[in-house]
Amino acid sequence: MNLTLKIWRQKGPQEKGQMVEYKVTDISEHMSFLEMMDILNEGLVAKGEVPIAFDHDCREGICGMCSLHINGEPHGPDRGITTCQLHMRTFKDGDTIYIEPWRAKAFPVIKDLIVDRMAFERIQQAGGYISVNTSGNTQDANAIPIPKLDADLSMDAAACIGCGACVASCKNSSAMLFVSAKVSQFALLPQGKVEAADRVRNMVKQMDDEGFGNCTNTGACEVECPKGISLENIARMNREYLKASII
Amino acid sequence: MTTLNSKVPQGPIKDKWTVYKENVDLVNPANKRNIDIIVVGTGLAGGSAAASLAELGYNVKAFAYQDSPRRAHSIAAQGGINAAKNYQNDGDSNYRLFYDTVKGGDYRSREANVFRLAEVSGAIIDQCVAQGVPFARDYGGLLDNRSFGGVLVSRTFYAKGQTGQQLLLGCYSAMNRQIARGKIEMFNRHEMLDVVKVDGKARGIIARDLITGEIERHSAHAVVIATGGYGNVYFLSTNAMGSNATAAWKIHKKGAFFANPCMTQIHPTCIPRSGDYQSKLTLMSESLRNDGRIWVPAKMEDAKAIQEGKLKPTAIAEEDRDYYLERRYPAYGNLVPRDVASRAAKERCDAGFGVNATGEAVYLDFASAINRYGSEQAKIKGIENASKEVVTELGEAVIEAKYGNLFQMYEKIVDDNPYKTPMMIYPATHYTMGGVWVDYNLMTTVDGLYCIGEANFSDHGANRLGASALMQGLADGYFVLPYTIGAYLADDIRTGKIPTDTKEFDEAEKEIKDKLEFFINNNGSHSVDYFHKKLGNIMWEKVGMARNEKHLKEAIKEIQEVREDFWKNVKVPGDLNEMNVELEKAGRVADFLELGELFAKDALNRNESCGGHFREEYVTEDGEALRDDENYAYVAAWEYTGKPSEAILHKEQLEFKDIELKTRSYK
Amino acid sequence: MSVLSSSIARKVAMALSALFLIIFLIIHLAVNLTSLFSAEVFNEASHFMGTNPLIQFAMQPVLIFGVVFHFVMGFVLELRNKGARNVKYAKFNGAASSSWASRNMIISGAVILAFLVIHFLDFWIPEINTKYVLGDMTGMHNGEFRYFEELQHKFVPMWRVAAYVVAFVLLGMHLMHGFQSAFQSMGFNNKYSSCVKTFGKCYSIVIPLGFIIVALFHHFNH
Repeated sequence: MNLTLKIWRQKGPQEKGQMVEYKVTDISEHMSFLEMMDILNEGLVAKGEVPIAFDHDCREGICGMCSLHINGEPHGPDRGITTCQLHMRTFKDGDTIYIEPWRAKAFPVIKDLIVDRMAFERIQQAGGYISVNTSGNTQDANAIPIPKLDADLSMDAAACIGCGACVASCKNSSAMLFVSAKVSQFALLPQGKVEAADRVRNMVKQMDDEGFGNCTNTGACEVECPKGISLENIARMNREYLKASII
Repeated sequence: MTTLNSKVPQGPIKDKWTVYKENVDLVNPANKRNIDIIVVGTGLAGGSAAASLAELGYNVKAFAYQDSPRRAHSIAAQGGINAAKNYQNDGDSNYRLFYDTVKGGDYRSREANVFRLAEVSGAIIDQCVAQGVPFARDYGGLLDNRSFGGVLVSRTFYAKGQTGQQLLLGCYSAMNRQIARGKIEMFNRHEMLDVVKVDGKARGIIARDLITGEIERHSAHAVVIATGGYGNVYFLSTNAMGSNATAAWKIHKKGAFFANPCMTQIHPTCIPRSGDYQSKLTLMSESLRNDGRIWVPAKMEDAKAIQEGKLKPTAIAEEDRDYYLERRYPAYGNLVPRDVASRAAKERCDAGFGVNATGEAVYLDFASAINRYGSEQAKIKGIENASKEVVTELGEAVIEAKYGNLFQMYEKIVDDNPYKTPMMIYPATHYTMGGVWVDYNLMTTVDGLYCIGEANFSDHGANRLGASALMQGLADGYFVLPYTIGAYLADDIRTGKIPTDTKEFDEAEKEIKDKLEFFINNNGSHSVDYFHKKLGNIMWEKVGMARNEKHLKEAIKEIQEVREDFWKNVKVPGDLNEMNVELEKAGRVADFLELGELFAKDALNRNESCGGHFREEYVTEDGEALRDDENYAYVAAWEYTGKPSEAILHKEQLEFKDIELKTRSYK
Repeated sequence: MSVLSSSIARKVAMALSALFLIIFLIIHLAVNLTSLFSAEVFNEASHFMGTNPLIQFAMQPVLIFGVVFHFVMGFVLELRNKGARNVKYAKFNGAASSSWASRNMIISGAVILAFLVIHFLDFWIPEINTKYVLGDMTGMHNGEFRYFEELQHKFVPMWRVAAYVVAFVLLGMHLMHGFQSAFQSMGFNNKYSSCVKTFGKCYSIVIPLGFIIVALFHHFNH
């Protein structure tokens, strides 16, 4: 198939960017979206132009590196997948595809389609951990039985890959789904309960300081999340936060 | 010239590590504050090492080429992590894990290292649970286990199909705690381009800031390389696009020996290739082999019809299917080790029984598992005389609960429903057992330069068992390196800060800058990927799953030609002082082009078949790998002397005192 | 306002004020509905609400505060949220993942605010003027309670009824998202949430519809 691509080009963090139009031809429907981008880049290199920079790494939907806003949606129109798992069979011959970076004040563009997600790092550093040192003498892994439901819910929250699609899809650029996934993972486990109050306070404070917007419960993040992280996590974080603030 | 001394402690194997720990030199906490350690790579090995060393009090500088440690490719490990906990009471023990690993590695690993690995495996699970890793649990709230290839016990702990992710997030969280304390200084989007040696000791690195393009100098008292394997030498592999061998190769060129490069694992259950545009291959977890049965048509006419798209696999009668693994290896069946399963698939496909248009695929079929689970569920739910539809529905629900994310991934890529028609799979490059040579302390042949995780060669011999990579990465980082590095650093407490304005740093930096400038200024005609694909093609065709002398010799020559062409004709657009993805790739492919040659040279040297290294000349009568313990029970450690072709071979003779050397049989 | 310095606290405050207003709407509608079948009951109820000191001097200020707070906070949050994305997308397909109502609370809110201005000019200000400026606390006009007649009189002009209908349709949309959103903000999301959502949907249809019926009824029956 033949496609028209409108892609955001921006040379550097301080430069002004703009949408630039490209054409690609003879694209197979079995290609992944990023393989289509590879072909476009191969063509640009052949012409001596600078290829389009985009983040990607594992190309199997788990590292969370890829981050394209495709036709108005993070990771494109398909559900439950990352950009690297999006296949060209989702599109039709002759389509025009808009490709943009994540847009949020807290995610400044580094180059073209690559954004800086260090805000997520700082949020994690503010409390996204259990304070336990490496030791060969921690108690036995089976010493505390954990109800299967709690363990499963914790795993569901922990499945977050930190890609930032929640922020990108949110009309408010809110990072609540991301932060709540980490808060929930630990809040559901006995090991994480000890520091739960400090954790949620500190992580929320950092989230606010980074300049993310407020959650208005539109639910877009849950729909666009490639890992299906549930809004229940946001409710849980709200509860945890209230508990931590009141007590 | 450095001689190979593995520094394995004396004494019975069961006591070696305990005695070592009791007698090792320690660094006083106050002195640790004056010691800097560089950790390059932040996957399971690097991440756990960085966190543990920082907890101990050392000043750690950690480097990752991604924007976060959480994105290292350890995250893609699906199936699980082994530990000899014996929670299932099925006869597991440290010794059995040790035995399985050495046997699985086809007797080409170092006994003492593997035993230590088995010994600390239990502590890894304890540590991870304490960190909040949400392992799968049963209804009693206790940890669940599953089975992996090459073993007869259930010792694999897992977190859905995302075990690597959860373990990595565990060590990432431990790192975050130390980053917040200021004990780890994190350098995201930085790539190490060389190690700097001062007076024969590793004292720092040169790194490039991938955002600004700036070349930076970083000094430390010791340098730890944890940058993973070199599977991307094949261009197509299950590795991440950015996974590279640059750090490992650069330290090799500075004096670290490179061991057993030919020992590469081709994983049997990957999604087959679909076209030339393909950028990477996707792995389907080995855990699928717990329930999936592998087969090809037994009749050639059926195979032909399937290849032409005229026949559906579900239309082939049970008696016309060849469950070749169950046929050839009745004891282990579909759960034979990876090398065996891969070769068996290749054998069937080479014989013309492949099941897709390219003829390079076999079926992984869940129909009987769906039926089995469905009947069981019907019984549990008290449904009598359940119809076939009900049984199928119930069975599919069980399969979905176990492997849902993998099935979804398959369907998204292949556009075919694996619940209804069997999956198609084919082997692909996955893991590299070979790597930088290290001694018992995990130190390379360069003083103060350590190598851990997949990047080193030590624990998996010629073939790695499933769910053992995560175990090794975390064992090295959490429980081994923190002890062994202290022994070395105990002599460094008076050294003081290492200056970076010395001639050693000047020279290393200049060399790198010159090379980067060459790339930018070279007026070539082909992109970096063009050369990478060419290299990958040679590697897969001639140094792939089955190798022979003729092909290996050809491969060496062809790789040299591609390399020459690369340095003449590579084209890198853009500038030095900016984010430049093509420039990053150019440096990595330049190293792969050298490594590939050493790889082939090593394969040519090893005149035997063992594990992942299969030489067509050395097979038993029934087509199994034929080892030559008399002549090749050694680690081939190569010393760089200027060109891969002129590398000097050093042998570390492997001694097997606690395990009898036997022909590996899974029949 | 340091209590409200965090994003979650601000959301909870929005939710609490919303729930308060949701309850107020029920009471308001209940009084209005009486006008459909009995002018007398409506007059009695209106007089009680208009003169009871507890309602006038305790509940009314709280209500006014609640309304003002909800609006001010809503606009403040909207401004902050707009600022969290400094470069707009060239293409943003919000409809793919969320409802129009949830994304445009500020628009439905603004329409409701505009309506409230009319509503205050129509009812509340004349009422305050009569009671507290002119000091007439009797509620009488020509010997009868004036409330029912005033109500009917207001719904004579077509434009006002139309504005009324539009405003309440938007109120319905505002509630359609706001009702369940308030519970989510306060951390309520569990197995009972589907009940809350269903109830919220019914509420968002029934309450505005009730107000609309009252308006139409008096427009066509005066």
